[in-house]
Amino acid sequence: MKKDIILAGVGGQGIISIAAVIGYAALQEKMFLKQSEVHGMSQRGGDVMSNLRISHKEIASDLIPFGQADLIISVEPLESLRYLEYLSPETGWLVTNITPFNNIPNYPDLEKVMAAINKLPRHIALDADTLAKEAGSARSANIVILGAASPFLGLAYEKFEDAIRFTFRTKGETVIGKNLEALKLGREFADKNI
Amino acid sequence: MANKLLLLGDEAIALGALDAGLSGIYAYPGTPSTEITEYVQHSKTAKENKVHCSWSSNEKTAMEAALGMSYAGKRAMVCMKHVGLNVAADPFINSAITGANGGLIVVSADDPSMHSSQNEQDSRFYGKFAMVPILEPSSQQEAYDMVHYGFNFSEKYKIPVLLRITTRMAHSRSGVVRVECREQNTMHLPDDLRQFVLLPAIARKRYKNLLASHQHFIEESENSPFNTYSDGPDKSMGILVSGIALNYLMENFPDRNIPYPVLKIGQYPLPRKLVEKLIDECSELLILEDGYPMIEELISGYVPGLKKIRGRFDGTIPRTGELNPNVLAVALGLPDTKGLPVPDLMVGRPPQLCAGCPHIDSYKALNEVLAVLPKGRVFSDIGCYTLGALAPYEAINSCVDMGASITMAKGAADAGFVPSVAVIGDSTFTHSGITGLLDAVNDKSPVTVIILDNATTAMTGGQDSAGTGRLEDICKALGVEESHIRVIKPLKKYHDENVRVMQEELDYMGVSVIIPRRECIVAIDKRMRQKFK
Repeated sequence: MKKDIILAGVGGQGIISIAAVIGYAALQEKMFLKQSEVHGMSQRGGDVMSNLRISHKEIASDLIPFGQADLIISVEPLESLRYLEYLSPETGWLVTNITPFNNIPNYPDLEKVMAAINKLPRHIALDADTLAKEAGSARSANIVILGAASPFLGLAYEKFEDAIRFTFRTKGETVIGKNLEALKLGREFADKNI
Repeated sequence: MANKLLLLGDEAIALGALDAGLSGIYAYPGTPSTEITEYVQHSKTAKENKVHCSWSSNEKTAMEAALGMSYAGKRAMVCMKHVGLNVAADPFINSAITGANGGLIVVSADDPSMHSSQNEQDSRFYGKFAMVPILEPSSQQEAYDMVHYGFNFSEKYKIPVLLRITTRMAHSRSGVVRVECREQNTMHLPDDLRQFVLLPAIARKRYKNLLASHQHFIEESENSPFNTYSDGPDKSMGILVSGIALNYLMENFPDRNIPYPVLKIGQYPLPRKLVEKLIDECSELLILEDGYPMIEELISGYVPGLKKIRGRFDGTIPRTGELNPNVLAVALGLPDTKGLPVPDLMVGRPPQLCAGCPHIDSYKALNEVLAVLPKGRVFSDIGCYTLGALAPYEAINSCVDMGASITMAKGAADAGFVPSVAVIGDSTFTHSGITGLLDAVNDKSPVTVIILDNATTAMTGGQDSAGTGRLEDICKALGVEESHIRVIKPLKKYHDENVRVMQEELDYMGVSVIIPRRECIVAIDKRMRQKFK
């Protein structure tokens, strides 16, 4: 099994945490992993992306070739479209939050952004911010998105639960519980909308 | 897999150094090199073993301190981003002449495509210029292994070794297996106590010694585990690939069977015999290297007759920017892959000053003061505040190199351009601004220097700033008149007052320093989170 994943968002939205949870789950399955991150200047409210590759066979490139990503996971709708050139036209899924992060003066018309997302043959678009609040943790929108992406990652759902318990192990049971709930709400949305 | 650690290239280098008996790491923060030093700073083992790891004022002081530690017989590493090596160039070049005593590794992290930099210079040229061996990893595992190897090499030949990485190596995670740790060196001085005395008479001998070593370095490269020749049946093309470009090459052959002979380079000077073998056996050469076409340039001197060399010079590979699997696919004549089109509505989302950033209030005040004058009189520097060049502030007119704001403002003032304003961050000021301010004081140049003091090195993630709490004292000691050192608080409620102070100092025909002081908003957030964790 091999999955090439583009993670997208705006600096500070927690895409590295999504990568960390998937990464932990993959390593528990004895998979190989390469993950290229963005540090430095772009973290200041700019667009950020990460290449995450997991595979049972050794991985060569740190970067995913164009048109070969199995999945784009985005915590922001405009950002979900920025990296479409990486997505496989035949099989690629796009999973994105629909809550915009509007920190630029020329943010495009949200309806047009959503229309572009809805035009894609395989996509899941959900209001992760609202679901995160439902889960009791407004900061867990990224984990809701991860839950919605979990059917496409080739790993059993429980593996992500374990990974969340590990990733948030120092934050206490309440935080773990809220994140598990966030994961579940995202997953349920995806299951209903695939 | 059990012993495999998931590490960034930067972290692999840091762990490699600790496991290889490092006694001190010296650095000034700079993307993409910062995480090497931070890893050591957060390491429990490093703390237990008293490994030096606090930040240096700049790359030059870092390089010199590392050389001093090497003189004392201990293993030292110095880390910087590529442009940092410009700052450290003097001690770096001369360290090749003095040589090392304890193992000494210089890490320079290049940034092809300029993700977070003002140029994409290739540090391998510095290594060649200094005539020191260069190591260039193709994987995080190699990055780890090369540190052990590099320290051994450095101690065997008493020479500093340059470890060159690029952004993708620095900031990409992969599995790394550790080897056995070893102890730090005991203190021991050089056998010849004049080794480090570069008086001309001694330097001439040392230089000849360095040149004589070069043949040994080439022989080491011929036998290096990091330089490998793999044969292929199709001799119509030979591939010479260095560093991380190897990964992009392999990506294009999913079964990992490359039909062409491939010479993979991870250690320089180039292994001459292996290169000649590739040239002899193949009709043409394809050179794949992330960065400047350095090997390509070197090889053209090796190749007899008209054998074709393909790479960045002939357009097979774009002349600028980092490599990726698709660039290589095209170069190899393989089918290029394409994804879906990005819709036309897409707009850029450049990085920007954070909400609540003190620089915003400083720029608003400065813009108001300067509004009555023709535009174009603010020289700035390297840091978060460089983002003040963008809308809506458009407050600065230069960003060249660390410290250049003060000296450029001075030069412009010398030309009669008054008022002339410099905007520099606190950490950039202690990095390279102090000497420039002294020049301005000595010449009584009419410049207004604004030191934006957010008490941290913000752009690289909030490292300690060398002059925190002492900026006024430093300026006073340099000879700036006390009445023209003005500390203000960049907050909206003090806007009018701040505008007035700036106006007064712009009107003063001498050196004045304004220090808008308020802690970085991200640093406060980080501090509070740690406090209430």
